[in-house]
Amino acid sequence: MTDLSVSVSTATGPVPQAPLPEAAPKVTARGLNFYYGEHHALKNINLTLGTNRVTAFIGPSGCGKSTLLRIFNRMYDLYPGQRATGQLLLDQTNVLDSKLDLNLLRARVGMVFQKPTPFPMTIYENIAFGIRLYEKISKSEMDGRVEKALRGGALWNEVKDKLNASGLSLSGGQQQRLCIARTVAVRPEVILFDEPCSALDPISTAKIEELIQELAEDYTIAIVTHNMQQAARVSDKTAFMYLGELIEFDDTNKIFTSPSDRRTQDYITGRFG
Amino acid sequence: MNPIYASRRRKNVVIKFLCLAAAAFGVTWLALILFTLFYNGLTGLSLQVFAQDTPPPGSTEGGLRNAIVGSIIMTVIGVGIGAPLGLFAGTYLAEYGKHDKLTSVIRFINDILLSAPSIIIGLFIYGAIVVPMGGFSAFAGCLALAVIVIPVVVRTTEDMLGLVPNPLREAASALGLPRSLVIRRIAYRAARSGLITGVLLATARVAGETAPLLFTALSNQFFSLNLTKTMANLPVTINNFVQSPYAYWKELAWSGALLITLTVLALNIGARILGAERTSK
Repeated sequence: MTDLSVSVSTATGPVPQAPLPEAAPKVTARGLNFYYGEHHALKNINLTLGTNRVTAFIGPSGCGKSTLLRIFNRMYDLYPGQRATGQLLLDQTNVLDSKLDLNLLRARVGMVFQKPTPFPMTIYENIAFGIRLYEKISKSEMDGRVEKALRGGALWNEVKDKLNASGLSLSGGQQQRLCIARTVAVRPEVILFDEPCSALDPISTAKIEELIQELAEDYTIAIVTHNMQQAARVSDKTAFMYLGELIEFDDTNKIFTSPSDRRTQDYITGRFG
Repeated sequence: MNPIYASRRRKNVVIKFLCLAAAAFGVTWLALILFTLFYNGLTGLSLQVFAQDTPPPGSTEGGLRNAIVGSIIMTVIGVGIGAPLGLFAGTYLAEYGKHDKLTSVIRFINDILLSAPSIIIGLFIYGAIVVPMGGFSAFAGCLALAVIVIPVVVRTTEDMLGLVPNPLREAASALGLPRSLVIRRIAYRAARSGLITGVLLATARVAGETAPLLFTALSNQFFSLNLTKTMANLPVTINNFVQSPYAYWKELAWSGALLITLTVLALNIGARILGAERTSK
């Protein structure tokens, strides 16, 4: 695994490069379909998220990219009338298995949302809360874990003197990094980002993008974004989706320099979307 | 000036005046009520009111101790029974049953209960509890108050939980929290001040209820802590004393009315403060 990840972080900018080496599959979708009631929202999706890779999902609004992300942790299960068919594997686990323990699945597949969602408690508790769900550890150990998670979320230096302040008192960008830290704290294997920067200013966005690339050393990452430059900056692989179909899925370099599908090219050059 | 614009400005002045007049009209009566209460109630309000029990007819010695204690006991027990039930039911409506057809039926019935005249609830408890148990009792009074508390708390609980943004629930679920913890640890916490406000408002509502107690706890001339017997309480005592021919009883009734009003006012202000905390966060 380590020998593969060396070439990962260099895959930015639209310079043609040799194809990325294959990473071990972490999440595999085969013939995946999704329905909102009668509406067929995702059609026959086949793709693989490589371990420790950043995969970006782009496409016009309503193309199904967020829907796809919400299948990876079965988020759609919170609502009636939504169902997925086909196959989706997380390593060897069948994600769509109706008997699967969803809480354990979600502990393995974390998610960061469009709008920052700090819990109504202190900064410290925001992190410790998730850890306590799975582990019983001493106060000093917990302090260490909280610090580690906040460092992992690139937030430690800004909040180390006010850990007992409310998570809601932070700025939007800080709140979003708190949410990332909270997600990292429970040690998932995959982290899903659903337009994590769309509510943030450019400086906060840059910090989060940087963070995502650092996180890729330890986690498999999927990110939905409306911002094509962002996809080009942070991802190794890019999936272009349109009207519920996966049109093209390839190395980010290839998608942004020489896409093979006409629709991909039209979208990334701004002809629609 | 443009004639269309000028006429719009004239209309604006007229409507503004009418709105102001309507608001002033409403507030005037409230001010008059409060003024009358303070004017008549303050003179009789002394330590004796809190230290002595209700006097026998004709006596000019005595207070409202038994009625105050009885009111506190029955309000606390009534809210103690009604508030948890209301919280649970409201939680079901807002969280578990959100997409159920049953939910809209329950909500409709709850709304009817919410606006039901309290005398009907008093009569219901009279028929359901007082008659079978063979007599008036403080416990029946508590139950009647609880029945009034339930729909108020159901409504506020559902509304307050409805204000908790859904992404917050999703974020908690995404961490692997089971549904019950999402509700208990996240949704309740986010809605906490709103939920407490609801209970406070329900308490204020039942603190002054007369009709349900008239048919259940009745009243008692003496001090009693026995829930199976009649119990004195402020609203019914006020009701009885006001209709009496004795000047001192009437004075006590004013004092009792002032006490209830001050309590309700304090509860409402408390609810306001909590509500303000909520929005400023």
